[in-house]
Amino acid sequence: MVEKSLLRLGYMPLTDSLPLVVASEWGFFADEGLSVTLQRETSWATLRDRVMVGQLDAAQMLAPMVLAGSLGLGGLRVPLETAYALGRNGNAVTVSHPLFAQLLDLAREDTPLGCARALARVVTARRERGLARLVFAVVYPFSAHAYLLRHWLAAAGLDPDRDIDLVVLPPSQMADHLRLGHIDGFCAGEPWNSWAVQRQVGHVLISGHQIWQNAPEKVLGVTAQWALQHPDTHAALVRALYRAGEAIAQDLSAALVLLARGDHVSVPVECLTMASSGRLPAGLGQQPLAAHHFHNFSGMQANFPWQSQALWFIAQMQRWGQLPAGDYSQLVRQTWRSDCYRRFLNGICDAPVNDHKVEGAHLSVWQTPGEYGPLAVAEDAFVDAALFDSASILR
Amino acid sequence: MSTLPKPLAVMLVDDQAPRAALLEQALRDQNFVVVARLASAEGLVEAVKRHQPDVIIIDIDSPDRDTLDTMAVLHRDSPRPVVMFTADGDSNTIHRAVNAGVSAYVADGLQMARVRPIIDVAIARFREYQALRDELEVTRNQLADRKRIDQAKAMLMKSRGMNEDQAYRAMRKMAMDRGQRIGEVAANIIAVLGLLEGDGHG
Repeated sequence: MVEKSLLRLGYMPLTDSLPLVVASEWGFFADEGLSVTLQRETSWATLRDRVMVGQLDAAQMLAPMVLAGSLGLGGLRVPLETAYALGRNGNAVTVSHPLFAQLLDLAREDTPLGCARALARVVTARRERGLARLVFAVVYPFSAHAYLLRHWLAAAGLDPDRDIDLVVLPPSQMADHLRLGHIDGFCAGEPWNSWAVQRQVGHVLISGHQIWQNAPEKVLGVTAQWALQHPDTHAALVRALYRAGEAIAQDLSAALVLLARGDHVSVPVECLTMASSGRLPAGLGQQPLAAHHFHNFSGMQANFPWQSQALWFIAQMQRWGQLPAGDYSQLVRQTWRSDCYRRFLNGICDAPVNDHKVEGAHLSVWQTPGEYGPLAVAEDAFVDAALFDSASILR
Repeated sequence: MSTLPKPLAVMLVDDQAPRAALLEQALRDQNFVVVARLASAEGLVEAVKRHQPDVIIIDIDSPDRDTLDTMAVLHRDSPRPVVMFTADGDSNTIHRAVNAGVSAYVADGLQMARVRPIIDVAIARFREYQALRDELEVTRNQLADRKRIDQAKAMLMKSRGMNEDQAYRAMRKMAMDRGQRIGEVAANIIAVLGLLEGDGHG
């Protein structure tokens, strides 16, 4: 029996709110004896605050937000945790027409790294001519978007805090600000890149997948206190979302129609399906990106909360001066509940026995030991071939 | 010689003009200075730099809260960093503020005791306007959905000889095949089967 059957879950209007919407509208929550009300939020800050004060039982959270909230970075400090990753990928970097034209002029190769190096040349040229810094927007300082963008810029030798102006804007406003020239580019989740392309205000340069393959994105976030008081409800939520992920993998387009129709994300369905059907042009050559660059809601351990990835986020917070140096391995164990994932989904799916992997070491699908046998895991290479070995931190 | 501390300067960000006006008046009555009232957060960062408010009160449903959260993180361009009002050790105020739909940011280093009266006034004024409507609407829709699903289930059980579980699974399959909500499928079934039943009687 679940401790609480009437639940309120928060989400943001993004393509990757799909598991919550599908679990709600196709009865997977109901299968678990849960009656869930989905509450659409307008900002990550408010979604977080509502979870923290208990107005929401759980929410679709930016993965790094679970860490930032537990540390009290940028707001209230309440211990949060996650047992379940809602999916992988889903982001892209989009730039304005003028910046795209300059990049075309200065680029030597049409690769993700080549684009970053071309951007570095634009930055240098602007500085020499005494022009203002380029402005790039992200949706939240503690987000995969922000860290992917920073990693990509830094890979070309740019300092994202000195060479570029990084600002925060709501994703639904990115296209407008790009059109008005307030920003030169942005990194945000879908459908907002496709939206900018369809409105002809920008070009997608690269996908988030090209910066870090199958990067962690949104997670199911709860407070540690809520998790303690509602272990069976938490398990039921995770099972329902896992089933929803499977249903989405079976028929993504039907699920996206559901998302468009239900007043969840206010863009036309053609926009929602653009990236996930392999029709979103990107790069200097504007060739369509394959669908696997975008959302993966199920399979290849897409839902497993790898603690090595939480430690990567911690390392980024430290790299960019958001968090003092220190040992945060205990925090990661308390917030990234791989143990709960295994327990909640026991009998439904096997799970990796390791909590960590060497991030960036896998250029193609590889295998890791599970409880019952080897498990396939998706590739995880970085744009600059970086390696992140959390074992070296834990040692 | 003692002087009274300078009254705190407040900036309001609220797209609901009547509520903002009410709050501004209430704050003035208590000798606070409202330096700016923004209907939207467009130009928010510039406004903060220009007006140097001690306290920013913002509607919790404003999409621009994330921008303010960031100003609390990135101090580089901000001569007077703002931090979210967290009132350490006073989670009660935070609960009341979130429940009333108020969010507040304060200049770093300001004494929380000086800020609290402002937050309290904002909470009181926002409460009067508390938007129950959205919540009511959502709840109403979901109740209607549940009723519809039960009704459609009963109709399928009667007309197709299905048991309850079969009827529910049939509806779910239809929903998944068509990319619809189960509630929508239920409404269709009620419409179609209702029509057929009507024919039967006629």
